[in-house]
Amino acid sequence: MAKTSRNPDLIRGVGKYSRSQMYHKRGLWAIKAKNGGVFPRHDVQPKSEPPAVKPPKFYPADDVKKPLFNKRKPRPTKLRASITPRTVLIILTGRFKGKRVVFLKQLPSGLLLVTGPFKINGVPLRRVNQAYVIATSTKVNIDGVNVEKFDDKYFAKEVEKKKKKGEGEFFEAEKDDKKSLPQGKKDDQQAVDAILLKSIECVPDLKTYLSARFSLMSGMKPNELVF
Amino acid sequence: MVKGRQGERVRSKSNQYPNTSLVQIEGVNTKEEVSWYQGKRVAYIYKAKVKVSGSHYRCIWGKVIRPHGNTGIVRAKFTSNLPPKSMGSRVRVMMFPSNI
Repeated sequence: MAKTSRNPDLIRGVGKYSRSQMYHKRGLWAIKAKNGGVFPRHDVQPKSEPPAVKPPKFYPADDVKKPLFNKRKPRPTKLRASITPRTVLIILTGRFKGKRVVFLKQLPSGLLLVTGPFKINGVPLRRVNQAYVIATSTKVNIDGVNVEKFDDKYFAKEVEKKKKKGEGEFFEAEKDDKKSLPQGKKDDQQAVDAILLKSIECVPDLKTYLSARFSLMSGMKPNELVF
Repeated sequence: MVKGRQGERVRSKSNQYPNTSLVQIEGVNTKEEVSWYQGKRVAYIYKAKVKVSGSHYRCIWGKVIRPHGNTGIVRAKFTSNLPPKSMGSRVRVMMFPSNI
């Protein structure tokens, strides 16, 4: 519950209600009445002895600066009103630029989780930044698609273990294991897409729409386009 | 991306300020139309003899800052000032960062 003042400002520094009116508003009369006509007093409680602290064994040579206290909590970027789950988005940058893609959900990092579906336009389950996306007014039915398991960790790059440089290994090719998609990720893609494909095929032309790329034609002015 | 031409610098009669360039975006003819383009990234792409990162093409990125005057010309600031030889050359106005 936010602490709102019961005394709105008329101008900064000038409240609407006087001291006596505020006394009544805050119910100080009721607190007093509850306590027998006097404000409740909290006597100073004898402080319990703090546990004996041993003098530290080690004092740093120079004064160590304490870092400033930071209470900031990271939260996902505010989603534009035009971007809701089910919306078809147009990706503007990267290798999938111009592709029309279905938006699934916003991840905790603020990025958008998006899928082609892969069979239609080759875009896999992918993260996309809101700023590099145009939201269209086309919606796709995504009932039944389970996106609970996808979060930013799912998309994190695999950390390669550091190989110790031995003399013999130095000349060995380090590229022996090519990075191929783990089967689990392929299965996830198919699971999501199977449901999506059914709902896409229900709508006439939606499949061709999603497989076609968006591009600006001659004479098209983006500032006049309605997406 | 939208095509544009750039070249002139922001200037007064005898002084020019090369950190800001003027860009004429095709199809944009009024100050009101420019508001859509504000903040959009702009790329000046040019060729050079020496390959950099495997390509002969090089790019200077910038962004549209504000309109310039009433007839759709736009001010753009680039990461480094545009070279004078680029005056009158093609510039690509991108559709991102998008706000649609």
